[in-house]
Amino acid sequence: MELHGLTLHKLRELIIKKEITAKDAAFAYTRRIGQVEPEVNAFLTLTPDKTIEMADKADKALCGGQFDAGLPALTGIPLAIKDNMCTKGIKTTCASRMLENFVPPYESTATARLAAAGYVLLGKTNMDEFAMGSSTENSAFGTTKNPWDLGRIPGGSSGGSAAAVAADMCAAALGSDTGGSIRQPAACCGVVGLKPTYGRVSRYGLVAFASSLDQIGPITKDVEDCAIMMNAIGGHDPLDSTSADVDLPDFTANLKDGIKGLKVGMPKEYFVEDGIDKEVYGSLMEAVKTLKSLGAEVREITLPHSGYAIATYYILATSEASSNLARYDGVKYGYRATGHADLLDMYKRTRSEGFGPEVKRRIMLGTYALSSGYYEAYYKKAQQVRTLIKRDFDEAFKDVDIIITPTSPTPAFRLGEKTADPMQMYLSDIFTISVNLAGIPGLSLPCGTTSNNLPVGMQILGRHFDEETVLRAAYAYEQATDWHTRKPGLS
Amino acid sequence: MQYEPVIGLEVHAQLKTASKIFCGCSTKFGRGPNSQTCQVCIGMPGVLPVLNKTAMDFIIKTGLAMNCTVAPYSRFARKNYFYPDLPKGYQISQYELPVCQGGYVEIAIDGETKRIGLTRIHLEEDAGKNLHEGIEGASHVDLNRTGVPLMEIVSEPDIRSASEAAEYMRKLRAILRYIDVCDGNMEEGSLRCDANVSVRPVGRKEFGTRAELKNMNSFKNVQKAIEYEIKRQIAVIEDGGKVAQETRLWDTSRGITLSMRGKEEAHDYRYFPEPDLVPVEVSKEWQDGIRATMPELPDAKRERFVREYGIPDYDAMVLTESRALADYYESAAKLSGAPKQASNWIMGDVLRELKSAGAEAEQCPLEPERLAGMIKLIESGVISGKIAKTVFEEIYGSKKTADEVVKEKGLVQITDEGEIAKAIDEVMAANPQNVEQYRTGKVALIGFFVGQVMKKTGGKANPGVVNDLLRKKLA
Ligand SMILES: [Zn+2]
Repeated sequence: MELHGLTLHKLRELIIKKEITAKDAAFAYTRRIGQVEPEVNAFLTLTPDKTIEMADKADKALCGGQFDAGLPALTGIPLAIKDNMCTKGIKTTCASRMLENFVPPYESTATARLAAAGYVLLGKTNMDEFAMGSSTENSAFGTTKNPWDLGRIPGGSSGGSAAAVAADMCAAALGSDTGGSIRQPAACCGVVGLKPTYGRVSRYGLVAFASSLDQIGPITKDVEDCAIMMNAIGGHDPLDSTSADVDLPDFTANLKDGIKGLKVGMPKEYFVEDGIDKEVYGSLMEAVKTLKSLGAEVREITLPHSGYAIATYYILATSEASSNLARYDGVKYGYRATGHADLLDMYKRTRSEGFGPEVKRRIMLGTYALSSGYYEAYYKKAQQVRTLIKRDFDEAFKDVDIIITPTSPTPAFRLGEKTADPMQMYLSDIFTISVNLAGIPGLSLPCGTTSNNLPVGMQILGRHFDEETVLRAAYAYEQATDWHTRKPGLS
Repeated sequence: MQYEPVIGLEVHAQLKTASKIFCGCSTKFGRGPNSQTCQVCIGMPGVLPVLNKTAMDFIIKTGLAMNCTVAPYSRFARKNYFYPDLPKGYQISQYELPVCQGGYVEIAIDGETKRIGLTRIHLEEDAGKNLHEGIEGASHVDLNRTGVPLMEIVSEPDIRSASEAAEYMRKLRAILRYIDVCDGNMEEGSLRCDANVSVRPVGRKEFGTRAELKNMNSFKNVQKAIEYEIKRQIAVIEDGGKVAQETRLWDTSRGITLSMRGKEEAHDYRYFPEPDLVPVEVSKEWQDGIRATMPELPDAKRERFVREYGIPDYDAMVLTESRALADYYESAAKLSGAPKQASNWIMGDVLRELKSAGAEAEQCPLEPERLAGMIKLIESGVISGKIAKTVFEEIYGSKKTADEVVKEKGLVQITDEGEIAKAIDEVMAANPQNVEQYRTGKVALIGFFVGQVMKKTGGKANPGVVNDLLRKKLA
């Protein structure tokens, strides 16, 4: 197999053994990007100079004679970063006209940690504007195509990152997930995506959409890669008050211990045949059999407040977004409309012209929900329901160790299929949204393909800060199947 | 009809922390525009606030000093509005769960103690400053002040006059300076005050419609603005009109309050809990640790001064207005062993000098040691009170001690009875008629004789001895 097709951990092996240099790896991906990016459009910014500079640095570290276990885990590994994580000196646009030319003067914690681990940056990936969307069609700079079927969406909002991984344009990528934005595109693109526990990865430098829900996580070619990436980006950050001061385990340590006796829950509210695409349902049922064959005990559980998740989410996320996006006012940085009459006019024009329609829709929803007279009925009520949803999971996890669900009710849909109907679009995240509300970890991995060769994703949920069990279950399932080895038929 | 004003104050106190409330930038005043900023306080995309623990220490200390309940669990909230000096489009403040609730401060009004209740004290970040002057066709924004920690102290509507309001402000300032959390400088804006003022007929329970007064940047202006506003509202009502609920600005130069109407829209701040900060839990240990650092507060000190030094309550009140002055007094009292004399000299001469120089006690050029030295000379009879005035003038602006001045100028008091008797004899000889008149009953002339003797001795004669001897000789 060519270099760009390798998993991160395979690539790391070659680099450590000095069979290839970091530059070899970087060039392999640069070449691959040159071949398929024109079709896929996964990147907003490519950073060739930075790529070479970082690969050079990695090679110097490798020549330093420390090519052993002490070598930083990602030395020389080419990665892609979703364009809502601040990278010092490199444009960070959030796929918005508002930040089209914004160059951050500082580095996000997640990417700083990748840098400390020796990674090589390839570029910044496309996304739905300000991470609001499920198809990457809300990008102000063009849609990303699904490498499995260029007529379909890659999922969103981290569609660029998922497509880049699926199309072998990087060894792995970072995404961010507020309601499913890592897991749903991972499912659509047939790759692995993990939304860690809220507070596991620092949000410092992640351009905020909904602060109490946002979380950065890896999108990778297999589960082991995911564990390696988590080791690099996880852990307490004094710059993020909401990042948890808990021990960061070595996520690769127990990865291969198997799942004999593991208790697996299937929420009855999620496995309703008429709410899910038949082939997706079928794939999940097959996956259940596989899990059982590996020694897991599967049982039905209930998450009684699941039906309220979407409404709750769209009140809380939009409320926070309406405030988080207030800073884009044309005063300090980013887009500013011209020809304004006065300050108020400048604000109005800047924000009308700078934001896309979905972002504006959500700002209006959130502003409304927080307004005096409505706050109690919407925001406050939604917070109460959020507590109930969280409690559902707490209850369920008394009986089971992990929960499995489909990641999304359908495989990747066609470009333009749902753009006219926001409610239909919102429903793509029906199985992922509760997870953000509860703050628990959730991983999506491939568990099948449909008859027209589209990937299907299975979601595995775990207890707070128990990514280890989630990863272990995912790894066991993955090793028992071959879905993760399948590649899209790109030229 | 008789009217009664109802006043509540909202005071913003800038905390004396070295760094800002949510980032590491300096809080120093008066630096070049935007020189004290970073990505956090200018609200770059992706930044997050981290609470400055010292700011929490300071508000807890304030709460304890003002008898508040310090909440075991408090949280921050976002106050949303658009303005160029507010880089995030929201101010991080507190809404539902402030750090301090309840509490009171006591003020002295006409010799009586009055308790002014507090509603709450909360923590928030300051905004920046829009600059319009000297810029053609544009405005600039200076964000140095953005993120400087502020405490908002909200009183109950317990204040009933403009002078009570000014007294309350003075008391707040004294406490804040005692506990060293705010420098209390109203002119520089580190202590700011808004007043909610309404009037109602005496005896009525319901409050009248209130106006919110802003822009009063000194104690004097607080008092004047409220006085004006009370009169204005009474006039409006007596004319059959209605007081409008509005914000009014105090115009210092014209001495009137002006409506801000037009600019003022009904703001909906859309408060909601700040998701970027975790709730703050204040343990009993945290509170106890801060309580252990609490200095003696003005009221306690004042009572102790009356008790320990036997000085009048009024003197004790003046002397405890600032911690520096109280410390100054206390060391002068102790070093001289004459607390009443020390109080008299400080209340009179020292404060007069400080006031004319516009200085505070900590800037006094005369150390308590040298003042005490002079008082000791008076107490031991080496110099008279009168000479002491001269000595005081000499030592105040110099580094000399009273001893040095007395020696240098030969100001030692004459206590030798023989020498004084000689002077008395000469005066009596020179004024036979006055002697005659005194002896026939015009005893008030004693003052004349004392004056003459003092003149003769260059003011150095011990007045007690002069009096005694004169009475004997004139008898
Ligand atoms: Zn700063």
